[in-house]
Formats: sequence, C-alpha cells, structure tokens
Amino acid sequence: MSVPKDLRYTKTHEWMRREGDVAVVGITHYAQDQLGEVVYVELPEVGAQAAAGEELGTLESVKAVSELYAPVGGEVVEVNEHLSDAPNLVNDDPFGEGWLVKIKIAEEGETLDAAAYEKLVAEESA
Amino acid sequence: MMHRWIGAGPEDRRDILSELGIDSIEELFATIPPGVRADSLEVPGPLDETTLLGRLEELASKNTPLGTLPSFLGAGVYRHIEPTVVDTVLQRAEFFTSYTPYQPEISQGTLQTIFEYQTIISRLAGLDVANASLYDGATATVEAALMAHRVLRGKRNRVVVSEAVHPVYRQVLGTYTSALGIEVVTVPVGQDGRSDVERLAEAAGDAACCIIVQSPNFVGIIEDLPAVAEAAHGLGALAVQVVAEAASLGVLKGGGAHGFDIVCGEAQAFGIPAGFGGPHLGFFATTKKLVRQMPGRLVGQTVDAKGQRAFCLTLATREQHIRRAKATSNICSNHGLMLLAATVWLELLGGNGLFELGQANLARAIDLKSRIEKFGHGWTLAYPGSPVFNELLVVGPASGQELQQKLLDRGVLGGVPSRLWGGSWPDGLLVAVTERTTSDDVAALIDAMEAVK
Amino acid sequence: MKHRPLREEPLIFEHNGNRYNRGRFALPPLDVHNVDLNAVLPENQIRQPLRDLPDLGELDVVEHFHRLSQMNFAVDEGLYPLGSCTMKYNPRVNEAAARLKGFTSIHPLQPESQVQGALRLIWELAEALKTITGMAGITLQPAAGAHGELTGMLMIRKALEMRGEHRRQVLIPDSAHGTNPASATFAGFEAVEIASAADGTVDMDALDRMMTADVAAIMLTVPNTLGVFEPRIVEIAKLVHDRGGLVYMDGANLNAFLGKALPGAMGADALHINLHKTFSTPHGGGGPGAGAVAVSEALVPYLPVPRVVRRDGRFVVQWDDPSSIGPMRGFYANFLILVRALAYIWGLGPEGMAETAETAVLYANLVRHRLSGTYHLKYDAPSLHEVVFDDSYQHAHGVTNVDISKRLLDYGFHPPTMSFPLIVHGALMIEPTESPSPEEVASFCEAMLSIAKEAAEAPELLHDAPHETPVGRVDEVEAARHPRLRWEAGEAT
Repeated sequence: MSVPKDLRYTKTHEWMRREGDVAVVGITHYAQDQLGEVVYVELPEVGAQAAAGEELGTLESVKAVSELYAPVGGEVVEVNEHLSDAPNLVNDDPFGEGWLVKIKIAEEGETLDAAAYEKLVAEESA
Repeated sequence: MMHRWIGAGPEDRRDILSELGIDSIEELFATIPPGVRADSLEVPGPLDETTLLGRLEELASKNTPLGTLPSFLGAGVYRHIEPTVVDTVLQRAEFFTSYTPYQPEISQGTLQTIFEYQTIISRLAGLDVANASLYDGATATVEAALMAHRVLRGKRNRVVVSEAVHPVYRQVLGTYTSALGIEVVTVPVGQDGRSDVERLAEAAGDAACCIIVQSPNFVGIIEDLPAVAEAAHGLGALAVQVVAEAASLGVLKGGGAHGFDIVCGEAQAFGIPAGFGGPHLGFFATTKKLVRQMPGRLVGQTVDAKGQRAFCLTLATREQHIRRAKATSNICSNHGLMLLAATVWLELLGGNGLFELGQANLARAIDLKSRIEKFGHGWTLAYPGSPVFNELLVVGPASGQELQQKLLDRGVLGGVPSRLWGGSWPDGLLVAVTERTTSDDVAALIDAMEAVK
Repeated sequence: MKHRPLREEPLIFEHNGNRYNRGRFALPPLDVHNVDLNAVLPENQIRQPLRDLPDLGELDVVEHFHRLSQMNFAVDEGLYPLGSCTMKYNPRVNEAAARLKGFTSIHPLQPESQVQGALRLIWELAEALKTITGMAGITLQPAAGAHGELTGMLMIRKALEMRGEHRRQVLIPDSAHGTNPASATFAGFEAVEIASAADGTVDMDALDRMMTADVAAIMLTVPNTLGVFEPRIVEIAKLVHDRGGLVYMDGANLNAFLGKALPGAMGADALHINLHKTFSTPHGGGGPGAGAVAVSEALVPYLPVPRVVRRDGRFVVQWDDPSSIGPMRGFYANFLILVRALAYIWGLGPEGMAETAETAVLYANLVRHRLSGTYHLKYDAPSLHEVVFDDSYQHAHGVTNVDISKRLLDYGFHPPTMSFPLIVHGALMIEPTESPSPEEVASFCEAMLSIAKEAAEAPELLHDAPHETPVGRVDEVEAARHPRLRWEAGEAT
C-alpha cells in the first residue's frame, strides 16, 4: 500500500499536495482499493467554495459510493476533466493522473503526515 | 401428512432434528419469548385445490366483468386488446417466478426484455432513457416531482400541477409531499379544457422546481405541450408530462419531442388487464443529462468475459440498497412482470400496429363526438372545440353521478362521473372508447341516452 | 433455463430482412370512418409510426420470448436460497385464481354493486392478515415492501403531528435493509444508524442513549437480516413507547414465525408484510409485489384511503377520511396479487402456516449445521429462517463471496444474497424456505462444500466462473463506465 511521504492526508482518506497557495487533492491508494473500480466521479464546478472537512463530491464504483471531503477550504480553481471519460485513472494512478480537484487555500484543515496516515490505515484494515 | 406446499414430511423432520442433535422443533424457536407466541390462528383452511378454486370462483362470480355489458369507463384505466400471447409469455416460470436480475449470468432473459422496453419507452416518450418500471401512474408522477426537486437541489420548493392531472395522482402527490415540506400549487383548467399556461407560469414564478401537466388530460383534452415546456424552461423549472392513457402515444409524440424533461405515467394500456386497479405499470423517461437523479432500476448493455454482448443492472448507486438514506427513491420491488406484458404487447403490435391502434381509438372518439353533438336533448360536449384522443367529457341533463346510474339502469356503463373527486370542470361523464368498443356498444349508449332526457 | 443456448437472441429491433408489412397482430375491425390525423390533432404533436419496432408474425414474437426465458433461472428449477427474499414455491392455483375473468376484467371505478366479490376479497384478506399478525388495523394498498415502509412511516408522522410533536429522527440498526433508511428519509425523517451489539442484535445501551425526545420511531426487522430474533423485542418496544416513540417492524422475514408468534404482541405499531415473500405471490423478475401494512390502535385513524368497509353485510368503499394520510397510489391495491395471497392463506390454513415457519427454520438450521466449519459464521446467535456466512475462510485463496456465488450457478443453484447485511463483509445469506425437499437442500449443501474444496485446490475455477451459463461473467464496470441504456439504430453489436 503506497503512501508517499511528501503528501498530507485526512482521516477520510484524501491526500493533498501544496503547489504554492493551491492544494491538489485526490483520494489515496488505500481508499481507491476499498472502493473498487471507480465508474463515476462527481466533482464541484470550478468557482465553487470548499469548506475544510465538508463534502465536495462523490466517487462511485459499481456497488459503492464514497464521499470526497475537502482537506482545506477555499475556491475550487480546477477539476480533473479527464475523469469524466476515464474514471479508472483514480484506480490506476491515484496520486498522479487520478487527482480530483485543486483548491486555492483560504482555510487550513486538519491533516496528517504520511506516518500518521499509515498508522490509521493499519488500524482500519486490522 | 404435511401440507402439499411444504417440502419435508414428519419423518424428514425427525431425521433433521436428530442430525441437529435436538429433540423438538420448538427448541429452534426458543429465542421468541412466550408472551408473543400465537395460538392456533382463526383463519379458514386448509383447503384442497378443488375446494379452494371453487371458493374463489364464487367470489369472482359476484363481480360483473367488463365485456358482459357495454362499458365506457376510463379515467386512467382502459380496456384495450389482450392478445393471448401476452399471458402465455407471462406464465413461463422463468419469467414470473424469478427474482430481480441481480445475477446477470442467469437473468439475461429478464435483462434483455427490460433493455428492449427501455428502448421502446424512451422512443415513445421522445427522451433518452427510461427506467425499468415504477408501481403506477400516480407514483410515477410523484417520483417526477421529487426528482425535479432534487435536480434543483432542493432550492425550489414548489411543484406546480395542472388541475387536469388525474385527481388521484394529485392526491398521492399530496400524501408524499406533505411530509417533505414541498408546496404543491394546483392551477385550474381553462375554458377550453386545457391547462391555462399563463396561470401555470404565474403560479410557478421563480420558486417552482417543475410544472406538471397531463396530456391527454383528465378531461380528455390534448394539452398545448410546446407552450408548457417553453413556459417551464423560461422560469428555470423542469417540464413534466404525465400520460395516463399510454395508447395515445401511438399517434401523439411524447413530450420529449417538445422539450419536456420528464415524461412519465401509466402504461396499463399496453396489455395489462384492468384488474380492479392493479398491478399496473408506472413508466418513467428522462434525459441523459438527468439520469443520475432518476428513480428506479436501469439495465445497460455490456459484454461478458468472452466479449459477447450481455446486459446487467447498472447505475445502481442511485438506489436504496447502496445509497440508503441518500437514494433517489426508496423503490426496490417494481412492476417487472407488468413491464414484460407491455413489452410483449408492444412487440406483437409493432410500430405500425401501435400507430394503427392509436388511430382506431381516435376514430372511435371522433365518431362518438359527432353522434353526441347530433343527439342533443340536453346532452352536449363540455369542450367541443378542443382536440381529444379517446375520452370525452360529456354533459347531460343531470349530474354525472345520476347520469351514470341512469345509464346503468339501462345496462350501460356509460362512464366515470367527472367530479368523482371534485374539479372545476363541468359535472358530467368521462366517456372513454378504445379499439375494442364496437358500434353495437355505441348504439347501446345512444339508446340509453334516449331514456335520460 | 437451458444452459448455453446455441445462438444469441437478437434484440427485437435487429430482426432483419424485409421487415415491414409482414402479417402482424390484427385489431378488431374498425367500422367507423377513419380520420385524417391532421384534421383532428395538433399538427406539431402527431407522431410517425416507430420505425425501429418491426412488423412481426406471432411466432416470431413467441419464439423471441421463449428463447429469452431460457436464459433465466426459475424457482422451479432448483434451490433459490436468496436470503431475505423468501423465494418459495409459487402455487399454480394462485395463478389460476388470479386469471378468473371476474377478477381480471373489472374496473376500479365500476359501481360497488358490480364488484361485491372483489371488495369482499379485499376485506377477507385484510381480516386474515390482521389475525395472522395480531394487529388492530391494516391497509392492503402498498405495491411493495418499501412502499409499505413509507406508508407506515407517514402514518407515524401523522400520529405524532396530531399529538403536536415534531420528532425528527428514526433509529435504524446498521444491519437493516437499504429501503429502511430510504423510506424514513422520504417520510421526512432523519435516518440515524444504531450500531448492533457484538451478537448482531440491538445494543440496548446504545438504544437507551439514543432514544431521545427527538426520536419518532425505531425501525426493526424481526427477525433481523442475520436471521436472528431480537430476544429483547418486548423490552425494546416498551422502552421506545415509554419515551413517546413508535415501533415500526419490517416484516420482510415474517416467514420465520408465521403462525408461531404475533407482531402485535411484540409491541409493533406498524408492520409491513411482503405478500410476495411470506404469502407466495411470485416475484415476477422484480415485481409486482404487495406490501400490506398492519397497524396498532394508535395508527388506525391514519390508514390510507380508499378503504373497504363492511356495512350491513355489503362492502362499500370509503374514498375519503380527513384523518387519513391520503392515498399512496392509484385505486385500491395490487388487487390481482391480493387474490393470490388469499388463495395461499386459505389453501394453507392455520396449521399449514405454523408448519411453514417450522420447516423453513429447520432447513436454515440444517444448512447452518452442514456448512459451519467450512464457511465462517460471523454471528453465531441462533438462526431462524436464514443463516449468514461470510467468505473469510476462502479469502486465504483469494476467493470472494462473488466467486463462490458465480460458481454455484455452474452447479445449478441460485446464489445466496451477498449485498447485505452491511455488518457482514463478504456475506453469503442463505434462506432455503420451506418449499424444497430435503434432498434438494442436501444437494445445495454438497455443492457449497464442493466449492469450498475447489476454492482451496483450484481457485481459478471460481474466479472464471460461471462456465455453464448462457453468458459468462458480465462486466458490470464497463456497463457503468459507459452507460448504454437503449438500443441505437446502426450501432455495432
């Protein structure tokens, strides 16, 4: 189970990478594995306001739905348009091409470092 | 001896108990507290098949089936042709005893049938996608309103409905919406029996999530659908067409062709017996864009492991078994077998047959219309200048209730009293004809009218 | 079901050749003048005949559906042990009764004098179900179980409103069927999940904590979806009632104690009964069912209209009552389903009902006994009519409940329920019902044991299953990623 060291994580299994004042957000390898093959991703519109810890979209597999929670608050400045045709990117490359949204950070949220997140996953899968 | 519908006999039970290492079957029920146990229930039976069928035949014989007297009853339930093929298909155990097709590998028969049905219904509705049935026209109407409410994210809390939508459908809409705080505004019909589009728009304002009209409407009149769709969209609301007499789709375009977002209603006309009101068939169609807000099951085309075409239930994340409290509807069991009846019926007729059937209904209605217009004697049409399909609001020399009784005294089921559930339209009879109505039936009706002047 | 038909059945739209103007179903002769549509209909609303739907001879259509039917599995073919679905035998006499002209060919708006037999049938079934459940009132209107749930919850809502109370929450165990939270939501409540105790029953401490003045009702499935009877049901109902709430019971599993126990005595205020489960009406490939709702005295005033009442030996329809929640659907009920249910009840009789529950419970325990050890039983509380295993023993071989189920198809059995309860991951929920012979139940157990062996020795046989069905494992991911929800002309097939 891959957990890149340079990212921040949430307890609800999102990851976040800072690029200047923008946070790139996706779901973790563990989260996509739990969900199964992603068939549909519903994302907010560009310009929408995200609040830290609040629901921002949903990901669907054939037999499950999972909510996406915003790790930080702020304006949604970009969403991954490729996912409407290729939702499988979330499974195939969750930390790369399977990113979901970019948020211009206006409000910090509660996040974990890689070590703490690894511990969380170990507990959940026990 | 154990009952004929139970698989094990007393010796079998003894063997199983001994394998389980227990002495009495009661030990298996030990978790049920004594205070809630049943003594022997006072219900009839057991009856052998011969006696049982005799009892039920006796009950059936206390009813008067349509067809034993001329009938012009409609108002949401119509007597159309019932080809024998339909019921013989329904009686195949592979169709009627099977469960919801969750296991596609052994359910291709049901799944392909649904796919064909979805195709035909979406074409008739003039829309992209149809679901695998709802309960009936009334609940389909409710589901349309609730879907519109969701599509506009609950921000528009008003549903505007024409009074000429079937009164029972409107009542059921009221039952459902009252718990959800959704406001329903009913707009009276105009002088010509059509919904008043201006008043619908006024009632909607910027607060309505949808405008609902029925066409042909409860008093038999074909609505000005393009105008309704334009008005709804101009106000940012969805346009919903309800169809209570699906046979009309044989000659009339479904609302999708005029821009309607949802076309739904009752498809009992397609090969399903009147059956004292059920089970019938709720149908529901919408656009591709809104499909994720649609209620009910859907079948999609895909492939199997060898790349062969196959079908399966799909987009199920909308449904209760996955999304639970956030589902688009609570529906689980639907009216699948009625969908099968409709599909067989439609495929037996074919596109040309359905068109011809629609024409026959229309021709009967136009014939009856001219006969009543000629007849006079206080009998008249409520809306002589408005277009109809197969049902007419006829006003006579007495109230609708009295007219119905007087015609019945002369052996004719002349129609449904138009104000059975109230209404701002004239008090008369809704008189329905179909391709099964004969000239003898019509002659009997006119004869009976002679006596009610 | 015929295994592996030799040819694929084309969609009706793909029937080829010179397809128009073949003989097709004939309508009765039209002896009035035909009309020019343009003269009588709004011009912009006239349609052209559907070109995609060809003219076909009668045999073409009969063959089409005959072949399609051969790709389905039927209850009559082999054990259909779908947990919580009660796939029992559908007696053929029910079908005969439901096809009597006096039942099929009556209109719901015919005068009461012409439908006394139908009204009486509704009344008789209502009385029988009141007796069977030990409840004070009943409606036969709902078209399905979930529709019944909503009906019951709306009555509860109205009863509370009449008391001037606006309680917002409904407590639902995490083991519940998905319709429960959905129905509570559509009745305007907030569904609040209550975690099950370690043995899978209601956690009394959690209930005590959560049963506040904001809780309108609890929704309980009895026995629950694990097939386990809530042993403290009477205390649960009392606690809820003492704090001003009502008790909704999901009767989907009534077959477990039919004729043996009374929900009325357990403290239920509303209970829906799936006539298509316990009372043998067919599932129809998804429906129609019927979901009668029996109620306690507290809810009788709020029952839906129209109602059938007996007055001076005659049966009359009460269309309106200001205290009612109103109608839940068009007209009375899924009447032809009610005919079947009454035929079943009269055919079975009181002793037959108790024998039904006893045999159903006996078979579930036989399956439990034979498969325990080979399949993992997460909750070992006593089983009534169904038993829930999971796939954790088979996980070591990379085999899931789906693989096991698909392989079961090759053995000629329908798979168990897998999608719930959510508290059992990888569930295999087995409900044999009372219908099959002991030999059939034994064969099913043999198949399950054999599959467990295959899982250890040749897991790929399971991963690739099924092998013997009309189509192989179906790609549901592709269906959802690229939805094709109807046939399009000219599309490659």
